[in-house]
Amino acid sequence: MSSVMSSAGAITRHRLFWPIVALAVLLLACVLKSNTFLNITVLDGHLYGGPIDIVRRSSVLLLVALGMTLVIATRGIDLSVGAVMAIAGAVALSQIAASDNPESLAVVLSAIGSAVLVCLMIGVFNGFLVAVVGIQPIIATLVIMTAGRGIAMLITGGQITTVTSGPYHTIATGYWLGLPVAALIAGFFFLVMALVTRRTALGVLIESVGINPVASRLAGVRARTIIWTVYVLCAFFACVAGFIRSSDIMAADANNAGLFIELDAILAVVIGGTSLAGGKFSLVGTLVGVLVITTLTFSVTILGIPANAVSLFKALVVILVCLLQSPVVRHKLRARRRAVAPAPVEVPA
Amino acid sequence: MATDQLTSPKAPADARPSFGSRVRKLRIDERYLPVLGTMVVLIAMLAIGGSRYENFLTGRVIANVLINNSFLVVIAVGMTFVILTGGIDLSVGAVVALSGCVAAWMFTHGYSAAVAIPLVILVGTVIGLVVGVMVHVFEIQPFIATLAAMFLARGLCYIVAPESIPITDPTIVSLARTRWGTDDGLVITPSGAIALAVVAIAFVTLHYTRFGRTVYAIGGGEQSAKLMGLPVARTKVLVYVISGTCAGLGGLLFAIFSRSGYALTGVGMELDAIAAVVIGGTLLTGGSGFVLGSVLGVLVLGLIQTIITFEGTLSSWWTKIFIGALLLIFVVLQRLLVLRRR
Amino acid sequence: MTDTAVTTQNPTPIVAMTGISITFPGVKALDGVDFRLFPGEVHALMGENGAGKSTLIKALTGVYTIDSGSIIVDGEERTFAGPAQAQAAGISTVYQEVNLCDNLSVAENIMLGHEVRTAGVVNWPRTRNAAREHLRTMNLDIDPKSSLSSHSLAVQQLVAISRAMVVDAQVLILDEPTSSLDADEVARLFDVVRALRDRGVAILFVSHFLDQVYEISDRMTVLRNGTLVGEYLTAELDRVELVQKMIGRALAVLEELEEAPKRSVAQRGDTQPYVQAIGLGRKGTIEPFDLDVYAGEVVGLAGLLGSGRTELARLLYGADHADSGEIRVEGVPTKMRTPRTALARGIVYSSESRKTEGIVGDLTVRENIVLGLQADRGWLRRISKRKSDEVVNRYIEALGIRPANPEAIAGNLSGGNQQKVLLARWLATAPKLLLLDEPTRGIDVGAKAEIQKLVADLAAQGMAVVFISAELEEVLRLSHRIAVLRDRRKVAEITNSDDVTTDDVVHLIASGGQS
Repeated sequence: MSSVMSSAGAITRHRLFWPIVALAVLLLACVLKSNTFLNITVLDGHLYGGPIDIVRRSSVLLLVALGMTLVIATRGIDLSVGAVMAIAGAVALSQIAASDNPESLAVVLSAIGSAVLVCLMIGVFNGFLVAVVGIQPIIATLVIMTAGRGIAMLITGGQITTVTSGPYHTIATGYWLGLPVAALIAGFFFLVMALVTRRTALGVLIESVGINPVASRLAGVRARTIIWTVYVLCAFFACVAGFIRSSDIMAADANNAGLFIELDAILAVVIGGTSLAGGKFSLVGTLVGVLVITTLTFSVTILGIPANAVSLFKALVVILVCLLQSPVVRHKLRARRRAVAPAPVEVPA
Repeated sequence: MATDQLTSPKAPADARPSFGSRVRKLRIDERYLPVLGTMVVLIAMLAIGGSRYENFLTGRVIANVLINNSFLVVIAVGMTFVILTGGIDLSVGAVVALSGCVAAWMFTHGYSAAVAIPLVILVGTVIGLVVGVMVHVFEIQPFIATLAAMFLARGLCYIVAPESIPITDPTIVSLARTRWGTDDGLVITPSGAIALAVVAIAFVTLHYTRFGRTVYAIGGGEQSAKLMGLPVARTKVLVYVISGTCAGLGGLLFAIFSRSGYALTGVGMELDAIAAVVIGGTLLTGGSGFVLGSVLGVLVLGLIQTIITFEGTLSSWWTKIFIGALLLIFVVLQRLLVLRRR
Repeated sequence: MTDTAVTTQNPTPIVAMTGISITFPGVKALDGVDFRLFPGEVHALMGENGAGKSTLIKALTGVYTIDSGSIIVDGEERTFAGPAQAQAAGISTVYQEVNLCDNLSVAENIMLGHEVRTAGVVNWPRTRNAAREHLRTMNLDIDPKSSLSSHSLAVQQLVAISRAMVVDAQVLILDEPTSSLDADEVARLFDVVRALRDRGVAILFVSHFLDQVYEISDRMTVLRNGTLVGEYLTAELDRVELVQKMIGRALAVLEELEEAPKRSVAQRGDTQPYVQAIGLGRKGTIEPFDLDVYAGEVVGLAGLLGSGRTELARLLYGADHADSGEIRVEGVPTKMRTPRTALARGIVYSSESRKTEGIVGDLTVRENIVLGLQADRGWLRRISKRKSDEVVNRYIEALGIRPANPEAIAGNLSGGNQQKVLLARWLATAPKLLLLDEPTRGIDVGAKAEIQKLVADLAAQGMAVVFISAELEEVLRLSHRIAVLRDRRKVAEITNSDDVTTDDVVHLIASGGQS
């Protein structure tokens, strides 16, 4: 009996317990309101339904949060992701619009290539400021966050560039093997990163750098390279997210693309259990966090919450999850604790 | 015993031989260096603007920089308190919007200015208190706590004012229109005066009260401040209350300026405030910086806007790029300063 | 029980802790400990790592809640909710890390919380004057306006004590106050301590420097494994007895080491040094020096605080850049740009600040031990579980790391065990030169002996070792040759032998090499 109790205790103590509960509650509420919500139907060989929509809508946020998780793990933060998304869309669509044949796959691929190049440069710039110059990440990335949309507008000439391009449009709306292309892209990169971070030593090295950069460097870890790399990766994933977003509306809106997505991404990472102070991170946790946020937005429509109460609803759920996850509350729920967590008695070094 | 002399232990690695009094003189100046740097930039901008455009260096133009940004001055002052303790407040923009919406709502429902104005400021105070409790009692990181508060405040905005509400209350209108001073020379409005008063109060508080010095102490080392017996808990909560109150007041000033309550105001304003504070020389890590520096930071941002307006042909996106570039220059310089110190 | 009338005028203790017990999950940190503090006395709390000294102090100041027992302060039974409350009741603590805010001025650090006010605002001129008065009693003549960070750690500590006196402390707890001070600074501190004692303050002194304890204390309490061994008058307990009470066994290991003849690798016409520093220096941290380190020998670095020993080691490791001279590894000139260059050549460095520069706290023991190996391999090729098991288990056993659990979080281990984990990390890379910076600092006597034996064994097996320690006896015990540093210069180098004593080295330091 007691082993069941202690397993139950271990489960409820897990950092992801409350987020998963929140997710379940939201889904339940949606199902109760609209009992076809969870149904998946197949039409023209494509899967449709509530869960598929959630998964497709999560793609953009998942990509951004993926990069954000790695940056946060190194004790950093990247506020420029929204601007990078805007720039990615601006570069790609402008190049397609300026070409002779917007429907050509080659043109589309080349445009995507240019955009990726530009965004990688931004990642290198951010990484340089943080890893080499040593500027605090929040300020270093604030530079691009501020100037980036201006750059995007420069690229689009102040217009919202629109273009019709079949191949580009499939990024956000197409299907492959029955599943939405956007979800497949996001899922693919997620799986790649999950494998790379845990199958190779990259994950533990990132954690080491985040927990103690000085000790890591002295241990021979290439701390500077690792920190630089995560900012480049983050910019890359934001770029891909930008493609999906601009492909969705077939427009490059420099002002609004990815607006405030950095906040949602940071929230997803934190809900998923990675601490803003850096160190140990969990990509699966971020996935859960992303699903919670997307489902939240979704449920608002399903549950018929009036438009002007949406933000408030979202805010309350977020606050609740944050409070429940806070160290203080988790301590109290464990019920038996003393004044201070005991450090091992030792002579100060 | 002779051995005693050599059983003397070592310094911890972080106290490498300090250069002691030789450098002491330099260090006192160095605390002011960032702010002096901001001042230099401000003067340089004035000089460039004055030489490039006619009528730039007039009293009216300069005064307008302060007047048009008086709400940002107030918000930046509140933000300085928070950043000095090593925290951050992302909710101020949303609180500004909320205050404006609440004000507009109250006026359309017949409340007088005498009742509405204090209540509007109180809105900010309450949100600040909520944040303070989240940060201190629940130990949630300031970034996340104020982010949640931002969502909350923004959410409430949409409920209170789903659409823009104009303000026609006579007190507000008169506050908006009043001008004191000479016609073409230096002019000040009630908003500007309020902003200056807030700065003065903040200055005295930060440098001449125990509370203010505790704010700096927390930024220097929260553990140490606690062990020194300083009222850390109370102070930590209070800085967020102050920031919220300033945001509420700033919202009021903005409502006077725009004469409306609109749920989408203040989007990104918190980042403007943070940029102003950083440009003004305050370190994001806490413990170092001056409220007067933040004021200079706001003036710098305002001057950029003015220059852009004078330039005429430049589009709004260049403003963004300029501000980004300026921010970059400042933080790199700030960083080089720190590096040189070591 | 001891005769209290002998050392103190006042037979009533100002603090009496009786039967204190504190249990943490899995470990009984204190078990029925009694402790008394008398006014006008310096009382040293002795015990090795894990004995319960810190726990006892934290119980007194309210950081930990006690499970049983009572605390009587000044005749009244008290429990404090935290250090602030304890301070208000007259019990002040000065920690080794000097818990003040160094971004504030000296005057603020002393007076904040008790500033002089006029009309509701702080009157800075008067407050600074008050601070000046307090500084005078410490014989400190510094500008109250100056920033605390502009002063040395020793001065900062005296400022911390000033602050304690501002609140009229009746009890002053000094927790490892001398770990970062040089001889002059220790002397100055002790003058202050004696003056306070004569004023009637009760002083609780915690230190692992036995000489200092014997110099300053009137009374000692010895703890071992959370239990009280006894309370003694300092004059009645000699050193050997004290150590035996602290560790409960004789230091056979150390005696063996002392007896072992130092086989100096002096005749080396044909062998070349593994590492050679020629005119190596860095402006502002260490003057150009020469040093040869041969395989199979221990080179000890002796010197006072600030003499440049750590800086020397860091230059050899590439942790800092040299701006003059060169390093040769096996005769080949090498530019040590980063630690990775050194590591590639089998040179490893174990930092003295093991918490901030050594252990990666949130990672497990396994991950910490394997970190050096993994960093060397790069991120792509992860070390297999089988290999890491083999390495980790080997060192846990060889070094006696406790708890013997590879998945334990490294940050939770005691100082001595963390040091062992660090050593394991470096030894796992099969280095040729081991730079050890204060490997025995702050760890208990038993573990100290183990580490010294390890160093001797490694050298005997052919590793080159550079050994830095503040404890001259250790340096003499282990080294084949000793380089003496002073004021960031290498002033002498001597070959160790049975006739070399600590006095000789002290003379070398004092004379700056001209003896």
